[in-house]
Amino acid sequence: MSSALFSAAKSLANRIRIHALRMTSLGGGSHIGAIFSCADILAVLYGGILNVNAAAPESSGRDRFVLSKGHAGGGLYAALAERGFFPIEKLLTHYQDGSDLSGHVSHKLPGVDVSTGALGHGLSIAAGIAYAGKLKSASHRVFCLLSDGECDEGSTWEAVLFATHHGLSNLVAVVDYNQIQGIARTSEVLDLEPFADKWTAFGWAVKEVDGHDHEALHRALTTVPFVAGKPSCLIAHTIKGKGVSFMENTVLWHYRIPRGAEFDAALAELEGQS
Amino acid sequence: MRDAFIGVLTELAPRHPELILLSGDLGFGVLNDFIAHFPRQFLNVGVAEQNMSGLAAGLAMEGHTVFTYSIGNFPTLRCLEQIRNDICYHNANVKIACIGGGMSYGAVGFSHHATEDLAILRSLPGMLVLSPCDLWEAAEAARYLLSHRGPAYLRLDKSSAPVTVQHGETFRPESIRTVREGSDVTLAATGGILGEALLAADALAEQGIHCRVLSVHTIKPLDTDTLAAAAAETGGIISIKEHAVDGGLGGAIAESLMEAGVFPGFFVRMGLRNTFSSVVGSQKYLRTVYSLDAASIVRTVSSKLWIAAEVLS
Repeated sequence: MSSALFSAAKSLANRIRIHALRMTSLGGGSHIGAIFSCADILAVLYGGILNVNAAAPESSGRDRFVLSKGHAGGGLYAALAERGFFPIEKLLTHYQDGSDLSGHVSHKLPGVDVSTGALGHGLSIAAGIAYAGKLKSASHRVFCLLSDGECDEGSTWEAVLFATHHGLSNLVAVVDYNQIQGIARTSEVLDLEPFADKWTAFGWAVKEVDGHDHEALHRALTTVPFVAGKPSCLIAHTIKGKGVSFMENTVLWHYRIPRGAEFDAALAELEGQS
Repeated sequence: MRDAFIGVLTELAPRHPELILLSGDLGFGVLNDFIAHFPRQFLNVGVAEQNMSGLAAGLAMEGHTVFTYSIGNFPTLRCLEQIRNDICYHNANVKIACIGGGMSYGAVGFSHHATEDLAILRSLPGMLVLSPCDLWEAAEAARYLLSHRGPAYLRLDKSSAPVTVQHGETFRPESIRTVREGSDVTLAATGGILGEALLAADALAEQGIHCRVLSVHTIKPLDTDTLAAAAAETGGIISIKEHAVDGGLGGAIAESLMEAGVFPGFFVRMGLRNTFSSVVGSQKYLRTVYSLDAASIVRTVSSKLWIAAEVLS
């Protein structure tokens, strides 16, 4: 990845955060912390990793992307709008009456393959898409972005077992490991550690990366499959609320809606980074 | 019914290369022929019904016609959210086949009895709900599903009613089959228990009571016209199913007739009434225990007609 591309992805991540801040400030609900923690991952994916094209959002050769952590839909909407899948102005209809932009990601929008929102569903669907790709000997890949919280779900591990058994090397799971789930830290709720060892023991090829380091993310995601014949898991160590100092690493900003002085302060911080 | 269903899939798989059958590690022996001939169209996904349903949605999104296969509540209630969110919301072309509708699994125990499935599955938007009554209907339902696009539920019973198909008859999900004409009372049954309704109709005919017997092989969409005609032309309607009375066939009939403004002379829902099928025994035995056998149907008809006669006199 050239430095120009890195700079573009950095800038895309910043714009995703600013869009998401505005969108979640509109009220109704917010998962701003969860969006900010994966904004860099989304920016790297949509900044050059994923082979997708706004002019042909359903092209059969495209890479598939499943946002299993559907509560970060605002981040995906922002990435898609920035990539031209729909007008950026549409983002400000988020959560509003009559909008297509539901709080949890919706496939009614161009560029979104799968609607999610209930946790622990995405990896199974992604595995089904990947299995179909294998049957056709297709060359596209399937990327699935999971939260750490949804690794509490047994269904996630059912899909993990399946992907290994069938050698789904065209499947890449990226886990946004910010270590904070709905109302507490993962270590306090259901400790996932040793997390990488679990995926390895289940037969996946695993890499760990700083989920805000674009160069590291890009390097890892361009080397999939990490091991021939195996599904790949990239554990992205992230900070919930990344990008706004007072939102970082707090349980509070999983749900809190940015309003008033908090909104202004957050916007000022993000604009200062652009 | 299971064998009739698998027979159709085996027959049609070569013409439907997009067909793929997922099993939740069930079907020992009975799927061998299918697996041997079409290994690329079969996947044993393990004892993991949530994953099976999500996989099915993903495969369907890529153009496959997917059947999920398991017994009792495993392919439905265990993974209901995957069916709702991943299959129905995406209008994915997934057919859920349940082997062991109602109390088919008899003495195996209540865990394997599917007795709320019709009510639950029919509430899902876009879901076609088929519950064939005999082997012909089971095979035709399977055949129909291969040409149908979108989510569907196929409830297959271990028991089956005698085949009553007429020469040249075609299976149409939108049409209830009238398997016996009569004007005194309507027996509307779904699943193999239609056989009990036919036995009851035979016994009642000897007493001069002529039952109209309806094979309600499709619960959703429901053929309101045939039911409305039965309400108008016969003394009353008795719905019969190996299922809770809440929200199943009887509920569906009541809803559609009320909405159509048609009121039968009387209306009875025969089924499990706020109880689990906890007694141990064969399917046939359990029908007697839970008052769903032919004798119970005869008693119900007799008491209702007696009441109706009293009211008229």
